[in-house]
Amino acid sequence: MNSRMRNTVQGYLFISPVVLGLLIFTIGPMLTSFYMSFTKFPLLRAPEWIGLRNYVVMFTSDKNFWQACKVTLIYAGTSVPLGLVGAFVLAILLNQRVKGIAFFRTSFYMPAIVPAIASLILWGWLMNRDYGLINAILVRLGFSKFSFFAEPETALASMVMMSLWGVGAGMIIYLAGLQGIPESLYEAGKLDGANELQLFRSITVPMMTPTIFFNLVMGLIAASQTFMNAFVLTSGGPLKSTYFYNLMLYERAFNWTQMGMASAMAWFLLFVVLVLTLLVFRSSALWVFYEAEVK
Amino acid sequence: MVSDQEVYRGILDLDWRRRPKDSNRILFVYLILILSAVVFLLPLFWMVTTSLKTQAEVYVFPPTFFPETFRWQNFPEGWTYESMQWTRWLVNTLTITAAVMVGTLISATLCGYGFARISFPGRDVWFIMVLASIMLPGTVTLIPLFVGFHRVGWLDTFLPLTVPAFFGGGAFNIFLMRQFFKGIPVELEEAALIDGAGRLRILWQIFVPLSGPVIATTSVFTFQAVWNDYFGPLIFLTSQENYTLALGITFFKGLYNTQIPYMMAMSFLMVIPMIIVFFFAQKLMIRGVILSGIKA
Repeated sequence: MNSRMRNTVQGYLFISPVVLGLLIFTIGPMLTSFYMSFTKFPLLRAPEWIGLRNYVVMFTSDKNFWQACKVTLIYAGTSVPLGLVGAFVLAILLNQRVKGIAFFRTSFYMPAIVPAIASLILWGWLMNRDYGLINAILVRLGFSKFSFFAEPETALASMVMMSLWGVGAGMIIYLAGLQGIPESLYEAGKLDGANELQLFRSITVPMMTPTIFFNLVMGLIAASQTFMNAFVLTSGGPLKSTYFYNLMLYERAFNWTQMGMASAMAWFLLFVVLVLTLLVFRSSALWVFYEAEVK
Repeated sequence: MVSDQEVYRGILDLDWRRRPKDSNRILFVYLILILSAVVFLLPLFWMVTTSLKTQAEVYVFPPTFFPETFRWQNFPEGWTYESMQWTRWLVNTLTITAAVMVGTLISATLCGYGFARISFPGRDVWFIMVLASIMLPGTVTLIPLFVGFHRVGWLDTFLPLTVPAFFGGGAFNIFLMRQFFKGIPVELEEAALIDGAGRLRILWQIFVPLSGPVIATTSVFTFQAVWNDYFGPLIFLTSQENYTLALGITFFKGLYNTQIPYMMAMSFLMVIPMIIVFFFAQKLMIRGVILSGIKA
């Protein structure tokens, strides 16, 4: 056996766990799910081929479907940009070279290590309309009580607010990016007579665009799959105002055992996420700055 | 570029670079930093303070900032409240965590080495597929997996939560391992290969002893992920005695009269290990988060 052959055999042996893993737990199930999306499949009986009917029902006669799409889009479209800006601002603040940064960094990052379920339970209580801390503070400051999860008008907005508590992980990534900007760029800028704002706009922001881009893509993918918030706190209510896409999918699959319909929903979600990701990637040529381009 | 080491040091303490001279600006920065710190920490404080109140004191408006009396017995009482089996759930969670960590470390190390150090046709294609799987929405595989696990009789056991860890150990961990192994000097390995050592022996005797940091990072992240996982147990575990801590907490919500202090006490108990891990492995965690972001 020559060394090339030996490397091939050994290489595949070493990566065989993940190759098998991808085949058994990812690619196989994906294809199966695609097939299931064209069937009626109540779990205890065999899948029955019904062509495009799941998709047709989904798009035309199920009002909840569009509501779920709307809720998820609004949530992703607000929580992701707000989270990006929030994390970025905190990172800039931490990058100001003042004393005690370690304390502030830990404080901002702390919520990101709280288990999601604990954090949801906590926020459900903080945002309780009648006894919550936030309304106590609002009343103290002379405002009226906010309804939070109790009214359809405010429930989704409350979830967006809640999501901002966890920006610490994103912040750390930005902070690393900021630290990675060579000091010499700023020095050169200053020699040319640029003020702070100009330095920020022409050096900091462009140098950070790859990081922003990464956080944007991962943030959108995560937000499109929001589930726990609605499942634990509101069950999708009031009046379906927090009826997230994945909550609907979960109900179809596990409450109503409509495995075919749920698979169709999963594939539509995959399709939308793919298109969104492609769009963001396409747009990146316009706004993401890669160092390699200038070298 | 600034070296990795400098970036890293800069995040952990910023005393190494110039400071702004303008004192008004420092004051302004501090003001915002302190306000933000209050916003970020107050909820956690509220969790602790609520966990020490009586059920009656919780339903007072405006709420008291500190409990009238510190009711420490909320913790033991919440632990054994009604039909709750917290000891059992803790053991379950630890069992699952241990199995997933073993599986992840073994298989991510093997795969990471294969991707980093052996060149063979198809390697890059598989590596890209591994990375792409990070972005795949989990629901696309969820239903067939559920059906499959149902068929083989694995539902309501820990197997659906633990066995997949032995098949790769998660794309991100493989990525971390590969990055780290790529940085180990080739000379070390070549000398051993010439001496006729097998790849597995090289991995075990040369790479693993040098890989303390990446193994620790992977362990911390895996521990965190399994400890926090809610969706997996929700889908695959059904009987109460198989629950994990995360599922257990939602049990309070189903009760007729929600016991807020107990619920907060148990939530806080679930946070404590994370805080401990964070303080002991802060550098590792932050490093992992950074790696996930800027090297991808």
